Amino acid sequence: MGLDLRLPIGLLFLSYGVILTGYGALKPLDVLGINVNLIWGVVLAAFGAGMLLLARRSRRTR
Amino acid sequence: MHVSGIDILILGLYGVMVLGIGFALRGRMQDSAEFLLAGRSIPAWTAGLAFLSANLGAQEMIGMAASGAKYGIATSHFYWVGAIPAMVFVGVFMMPFYYGSRARSVPEYLKLRFDEKTRAFNALTFAVMTVFSSGISMYAMGALLALLLGWNIHACIIVSAVIVLCYIALGGLTSAIYNEVLQFFLIVFGFAPIVYLGLREIGGWDGLRARVPPAYMHSWTGMGSAATNPLGVEWFGMLMGLGFVLSFGYWCTDFLVVQRAMAADSMNAARRTPLIAAFPKMFFPFLVIVPGIIALGLTMNGVPILPQSGSGYDYNMALPMMMARYYPAGLLGLGLTALLASFMSGMAGNVTAFNTVWTYDLYQSYIRPGQTDGHYLRVGRLTTVAGTAISVGAAYMAMRFNNIMDMLQLVFSFVNAPLFATFLLGMFWRRTTGHGAFWGLVSGTGAAALHYELTATAGGGSLLGKLAVLRVYPSDMAQNFWGAIWAWTACFVVTIGVSLLTAPKPDADLQGLVVGSTPPVSDRALAWYLRPAVLGVFVLLCTAVLNVIFW
Repeated sequence: MGLDLRLPIGLLFLSYGVILTGYGALKPLDVLGINVNLIWGVVLAAFGAGMLLLARRSRRTR
Repeated sequence: MHVSGIDILILGLYGVMVLGIGFALRGRMQDSAEFLLAGRSIPAWTAGLAFLSANLGAQEMIGMAASGAKYGIATSHFYWVGAIPAMVFVGVFMMPFYYGSRARSVPEYLKLRFDEKTRAFNALTFAVMTVFSSGISMYAMGALLALLLGWNIHACIIVSAVIVLCYIALGGLTSAIYNEVLQFFLIVFGFAPIVYLGLREIGGWDGLRARVPPAYMHSWTGMGSAATNPLGVEWFGMLMGLGFVLSFGYWCTDFLVVQRAMAADSMNAARRTPLIAAFPKMFFPFLVIVPGIIALGLTMNGVPILPQSGSGYDYNMALPMMMARYYPAGLLGLGLTALLASFMSGMAGNVTAFNTVWTYDLYQSYIRPGQTDGHYLRVGRLTTVAGTAISVGAAYMAMRFNNIMDMLQLVFSFVNAPLFATFLLGMFWRRTTGHGAFWGLVSGTGAAALHYELTATAGGGSLLGKLAVLRVYPSDMAQNFWGAIWAWTACFVVTIGVSLLTAPKPDADLQGLVVGSTPPVSDRALAWYLRPAVLGVFVLLCTAVLNVIFW
């Protein structure tokens, strides 16, 4: 495998997470009383970071 | 819907990532097998998620939410009765022959198992259908974006076609598969907030139940008769037509999805591919159908989500309107990216499947056989350009001549309906012959067309003139399901009849292609929880439970 797929997935979602979290923190746009950008940004960032972590771990063991 | 800078940034990042994947894979594309078959090197989980995503085009996402608003929970039959059992069947029972035969495509399997004419019939119809469907969905998506965002429809079509063209021409099937996995996660993360926010507004599941007619909240209760459920079809037509003929025909024989499993890195990975796909597939109704029902519930209670259209609603706007209601700048970018991703990878799936069938089954077999592999790699690359160009052409045809496209889709449905009978007999009855298979397919297709010509639907229009009306179905869906049942039966009976009258293939030519001439695949070396049969039973049990919960 030339390219570990978890790398681009991790990168994309981590950047989405950082962008949305930052945007939600600077400019809270509440929907039904929830700052959706902030909360969902944190979720995306966590998912992206998890993917990157998995990719790094498997590279080390190889 | 207003798109701001941050939404464009999120969309743009996706475009960069997609092309980046293509560039990263560019160096690997040394021979035609790498380019067209992904070198048979894809791990099971990747192939599985791609298998699922290949079917999740934007039309599917928009259409399932629309059906949710139109038919309610009963739409889940397309998943819990239709897709899942067929996915389990193809993984557990059919993959040993597809993967074990080393065929490079589904039409090539037909060539190995039957004969040249059966392959030619399947390869030609598949190639034509693939590029046209890709064009039709391209047009649908362009029109939607133009309507929602005021974007230029020509720009939408051309830009997305160029991006898809670049990443496939660079990275071939591998690139398409990687982007499908990316798309899977984008769909999940891009649409999940709609479900949460929608349920929050409508007062949770109980609030939803209180706000839509009771028939919309049950999948089976009204299925006793066509008159008592929103689908307008009774349980037998649904179970046999959708659950058996159409779903098995699609998930078990359509090269678009089967190609993902054929690209897996081992027999066991190939068999696990559809089973891994079945797990998320089980829960997709909550992601794509429930937003539609919520949209209906809100609309019926004074929150106009669904726009009026004639005497009813424009159901196709369910998903986009829910997104417009709940997604502020930022999250909207993510939602639009998910839509665009499913649109582009749906197109990429069509183009890659077309590439392989054109290059191996048509060009190498009938036009220029016996060339070097480098030659076929170049042809594969050129086919990417040609396939994309024809798709764009088809999109413009759909824009100009809507009726021709509807007609084409009708004809495609005639061709697809009998397919599963051919594969079932081919894989599980050694006596089936090439002549039997070919004439079975022809008569099945004919039966589907004849059925359409002899029946009508209550209050429905028709694309073609009728020969006579022998039966009036309560809905288009009932007509479609019953047509499939007739087509399948005709193909099944004719294939058996002609096979018994023609000379069987010698046993030596059937190695690896038919049950009985193929040593069973052993999965004893695998941990028990990775064995296809165990996974299959588990998936079916979960699906049965879901059916009961939403009965």
